Amino acid sequence: MNILIKNGRVIDPVNNIDKICDVLVNGEKIVRVEENISESAEKIIDADGLWVVPGLIDLHVHLRDPGFEKKETIRTGSRSAAMGGFTTICCMPNTKPVIDNEIIVEYVNMKANRDSVVNILPIGSITKGQKGEELADIGKMADVGICAVSEDGRSVENAYLMKTALKYASMFNLPVFSHCEDLNLVAKGQINAGDKASVLGLRGISNDSEEVIVSRDIILADSVNARLHLCHMSTKGCVELIRQAKERGIYVTAEVTPHHFTLTEDDICDYDSNYKMNPPLRTKEDVKALKQALKDNIIEVISTDHAPHHTDDKNCEFEKAANGIIGLETSVCLAISELVETEVLTPCQLIEKMSCNPAKILNLDKGTLSLGSTADITIIDPKQEYIINTEKFLSKARNTPFNGRKVKGKVLYTIIGGNVIVENGNLREEFK
Amino acid sequence: MFNRKDLLGLRDLSENEIMTILETAKIMKEKIDNPLKRSDELKSASVVTLFYENSTRTKMSFMLAGDYLGAIVKDLGVSTSSVNKGESLIDTGLNLDQMGINVMIIRHSMTGAPHILAKNVNASVVNAGDGINEHPTQALLDLFTILDYKKRFKGLNVTILGDISHSRVARSNVFGLTKLGAKVTLAGPSTLVSNSMKSLGVDVVTNIPKAVSNADVVMGLRIQFERQKAMPFPSLREYSSLFGVNNDILKYAKDDVLVMHPGPVNRGIEFSTEVIDGKHSVINIQVKNGVAVRMAILKLLTERGN
Repeated sequence: MNILIKNGRVIDPVNNIDKICDVLVNGEKIVRVEENISESAEKIIDADGLWVVPGLIDLHVHLRDPGFEKKETIRTGSRSAAMGGFTTICCMPNTKPVIDNEIIVEYVNMKANRDSVVNILPIGSITKGQKGEELADIGKMADVGICAVSEDGRSVENAYLMKTALKYASMFNLPVFSHCEDLNLVAKGQINAGDKASVLGLRGISNDSEEVIVSRDIILADSVNARLHLCHMSTKGCVELIRQAKERGIYVTAEVTPHHFTLTEDDICDYDSNYKMNPPLRTKEDVKALKQALKDNIIEVISTDHAPHHTDDKNCEFEKAANGIIGLETSVCLAISELVETEVLTPCQLIEKMSCNPAKILNLDKGTLSLGSTADITIIDPKQEYIINTEKFLSKARNTPFNGRKVKGKVLYTIIGGNVIVENGNLREEFK
Repeated sequence: MFNRKDLLGLRDLSENEIMTILETAKIMKEKIDNPLKRSDELKSASVVTLFYENSTRTKMSFMLAGDYLGAIVKDLGVSTSSVNKGESLIDTGLNLDQMGINVMIIRHSMTGAPHILAKNVNASVVNAGDGINEHPTQALLDLFTILDYKKRFKGLNVTILGDISHSRVARSNVFGLTKLGAKVTLAGPSTLVSNSMKSLGVDVVTNIPKAVSNADVVMGLRIQFERQKAMPFPSLREYSSLFGVNNDILKYAKDDVLVMHPGPVNRGIEFSTEVIDGKHSVINIQVKNGVAVRMAILKLLTERGN
């Protein structure tokens, strides 16, 4: 099928394009990007006033499948992703069983093939069962298509094992996604170790518990010349460590989640577990540093850390409640509201962080509107204002503190491999 | 005035509400000593204690407080209940609600557990200690005791010593005392008293003689070994010699200093035996006042709206 996208603001950072023009898709490929394409097409999308950008890529998603299908499945998670403008998502291995061998990877691949409406790239675990004892079958998993390895949910405690993993993964050109958390320093902490913890009587999680592992992993990655990607950075100190590493020429990348640049510990109300996440919401000072880091490209990726949970896992004692919030369907609007509207980032920089840079980290031939590339395209109305309503979400989960929040920026179209999946802000009937 | 459904902590109470409880407790206290004055004014109320953590004083004094006012009082033995079969806190509360319980007294190892229970049940919920957060009835009985002896709060120097960082008693007292105009000093080793407590409007000191200097009230707290992750000091011997209070240290305080402790006391660690049993100590009187304060709370909660 031919699709002609007319008069949109085409933002393609890889090719230095940011102008009003048309995009023509033929079959699976982008064939023309220029002004006033007059060719007829079976489908014409009027993108006047809209951004036309390379399909968004999320490096950090929990699909909970296999094992926790009560929280989310590949089917529901992928639809949630499409609604959020994502064309490719990477799913974390903390499933049950853990994605630690090629059989589970193939299970995810098979299910993605059958049920998913977006591209799904599995991430393998670093150690068997994420137990931190012996390496997972990283090479065998690389054979069947993992895009990275990660112990997400925890750190590899043993520094020697982490160093071995970095060394080993680099042989397959796989980045290591590091969740940075020293559990001894966390010491049963529940929210940021700050004024809010003092007021609420909850144990605190200090910034140092994150920064100790960030610095360790930077040192290890440098010493074995491996590709390190730091997940969900939340503190000012982390930003400084990454800045220093980059100045020393170490190849390290980092991500921040929308909730960590939008909310602070001050927003935590009562004992509402929708504000419980790991790392925790930090202070205004940390948020300021994170935004500056995005601006300075010290942090080059925005990932959601989409963490769906069933209400049973959240509607309980705060200390018992599961960590994390869903993010796929709120990422674009929060990024536009908090970063673009406030001029922290230009639209072009935002798209780099949500599409081009993730593609680069994974060595994917995506994140661009180059001629001949696969037609993964997201179309966003940056001016549309609305109130977030979780009842409309396609994710199975509703755990987010953003329900009822007024935001700006809405995904109207998600096109994947030349197929229109989301049209006018709705999932197309045939994919429901 | 007291018009709340629940008593969850002192953080949210107004000065007025606190004083209402203390004044009611004064009337209640007479009923403890004089059995003839015990009444059946709460005979239409049913109370259940729901203790997910151990307790001697708090549970017993709540049960007696209900008995002295004629309420129906039951204890849900948590360790022998369906909690052990995995029933959630909310489900347990919903069941008790259906059985016609008017007041649920809950102690729980997790901060915020009473709050989530209160949100989900029709009964009044009283926090009898949640995690490291609050223990409001203990602080109220402490306030009652202080007021009884000192007749005021404004300008009093109150020093709280020991395992502050794990103490819900300390936190509730801080909220209450600062609201009522007392000057609060928290003291202990730096590993047990976090500077971040300063944000609650108190002084934080590690030198014990300095902390005790000029104090009107010295309150000791037990070291809660069960809540420690790693030993926060080298030995009990070192702790008691550097951070414990004996008669020599107590001399730094005012002549009419009150010595208080919520119990259980570890003799010879936070306080020497001479201090615990000495003339300044009101530790045992606190226990009686605890029953009076809890009678007042049951009365105020059940009579709400009547």
